[in-house]
Amino acid sequence: MELFANLSLGFDAALTLTNLLYCLGGVFLGTLIGVLPGLGPVATIAMLLPATFGLPPLSALIMLSGIYYGAQYGGSTTAILVNLPGESSSVVTAIDGYQMARQGRAGAALATAAIGSFFAGTVATFLLALFAPPLADLALKFGPAEYFSLMVLGLVASVVLAHGSLLNAIGMIILGLLLGLVGTDVNSGAARYTFDMPQLADGIGFVVVAMGMFGIGEIVRNLEHEESRTLLVKQVSGLMLTKEDFKRIIAPVLRGTFLGSALGILPGGGAMLASFAAYSIEKKVSKNSAQFGKGAIEGVAAPESANNAGAQTSFIPMLTLGIPSNPVMALMIGAMIIQGIQPGPAVMTEQPQLFWGIIASMWIGNFFLIVLNLPMIGLWVRMITAPYHLLYPAILVFCAIGVFSLNNAEFDVYLMALFGLLGYIFIKLECEPAPMLLGFIIGPMMEEYLRRAMLLSRGDPTVFLTRPISAVMLVLALLAMIAVLLPAIRSRREDAFHEED
Amino acid sequence: MTALIRNPKDFWTGAIFLLVGSGAVIIGQDYAMGSAVKMGPAYFPTVLGGLLALIGLIAIIRSLLTSGTAIGAFVWREVVLVLAAILLFGVLVRGAGLVTAVVVLVLMSAYASIKFRWTHALLLAAGLAVFTVLVFVKALGLPISLFGPWFGF
Repeated sequence: MELFANLSLGFDAALTLTNLLYCLGGVFLGTLIGVLPGLGPVATIAMLLPATFGLPPLSALIMLSGIYYGAQYGGSTTAILVNLPGESSSVVTAIDGYQMARQGRAGAALATAAIGSFFAGTVATFLLALFAPPLADLALKFGPAEYFSLMVLGLVASVVLAHGSLLNAIGMIILGLLLGLVGTDVNSGAARYTFDMPQLADGIGFVVVAMGMFGIGEIVRNLEHEESRTLLVKQVSGLMLTKEDFKRIIAPVLRGTFLGSALGILPGGGAMLASFAAYSIEKKVSKNSAQFGKGAIEGVAAPESANNAGAQTSFIPMLTLGIPSNPVMALMIGAMIIQGIQPGPAVMTEQPQLFWGIIASMWIGNFFLIVLNLPMIGLWVRMITAPYHLLYPAILVFCAIGVFSLNNAEFDVYLMALFGLLGYIFIKLECEPAPMLLGFIIGPMMEEYLRRAMLLSRGDPTVFLTRPISAVMLVLALLAMIAVLLPAIRSRREDAFHEED
Repeated sequence: MTALIRNPKDFWTGAIFLLVGSGAVIIGQDYAMGSAVKMGPAYFPTVLGGLLALIGLIAIIRSLLTSGTAIGAFVWREVVLVLAAILLFGVLVRGAGLVTAVVVLVLMSAYASIKFRWTHALLLAAGLAVFTVLVFVKALGLPISLFGPWFGF
């Protein structure tokens, strides 16, 4: 079977000692930032990007992906033990996980989260291996019109899931698209929106934007109300699940895994959406739905499986189409470009080792994670109470040095501070920064595909509607927007996000 | 004026969008527009800028018609301390060197916290200075001097 041949190629590439170490390092860091307060995968990956310049491409990408799915594990530990989600994707885990911990079943909750995540990670790895090749084949047939429409769909989908006003979220995307255009225009060589500053000729670095908006902006927001975390349990024991527990979690883990995998592939999807959806569905279908909110083990199993599955399948559009479905994937695309790889369907055929190596490393990483998270839980428990007032100056130092070292330019440091201010203002105005970052990465690509599509059609804009694949994607985008505006779905959407507050 | 604005968050979001959008269109006039077949550098940003300005305008109008919650208070002291610390890092890093820049950044930003204590902050600054020198300069080989030319190095 071709699938197994491909996977074994991937395992060969990922199982070298160096790559194993980078994988372990990535998932370790991921767990760490998941556990530590106020530091998410976007800011961390942005901070580490400059350090991956010198690494071989596969090692760099293995480590960066490990941070993303590793953070899902760490986030659940915090959610269960302190009732504060370490990551946004573990918000719903806190509901029942914390109740379980209060009943003295913290060990069982942690074990459920780890086992569910591991199972989901394994399934998602196979799904990734199964679905990526046909999707990449399809994508090879895409012309510029299809790519343009796909990007429109991806961007629209990302706002459908955003918090708050749809109009403002679309505005954030367009703002991002515009910021992405700053710098020298590749076609004409004209310097656009550079205000005669030579430092802007190459455009604004996306690491600068990501660190400013997600790193600095968040820090200032967290300083508004500093809270100390109090641990419920100092010693976690009872990590073994009983037979009864196992029986109860099988179905939720399966449902969570498949729901999460499906939602992860969608543009705009990923870990957070997957965990929210899995929790609300589980609450409806479960036999024990009365126990939800009072420490139901199903309420931990389903969202934890779903967020890990979603984190992994969200690599599918990135690896096959070269289109990011969430800010982390946008950074992964940036990492590939830094390494001189143009993300897109050609990666699989031209660099099969890289492509399959990343996929194989995810299974290996999940294995590392279960070892890291269950036997070594004591270490993470101590990390949870790390004092934020000593942590954030350190984050600032790493952001500042990381950004400075990109081009050895003070200018980038100043620009990061500016984006930090902007990030904080947008947080205050309740505009999510994620769609802006997606727009920022996609902006230049989108302009290029629009230009090519219009050139090929001799200026006829109907080309986007007469080519069937392109038309379908635009119709889907339109439907998604209409759906959000429908009152019934609108109130549901608000409900879904309400549990977060 | 303020009595008219019933949804301040929407109003200010709209104002930012309107400003940036119309700015993009106006500045974009300096570049070649081209045609739909052969788009010039101004084409796409002008379209985007126009759209953004339009969205901003709608948001502003909407903010006068529907009511929303007030914008939460800005914590100016924290914002200024953290951002100024970062800016100072940029100013100092080349001339005064990495160690000075890190120590200033840590002390100044840590001061923003309500839990600030001199002893903790000084220890943290010293620890991070040693750590960054070892990792970034010694191990990763970044070309940054530890104490810059301002100190005669």
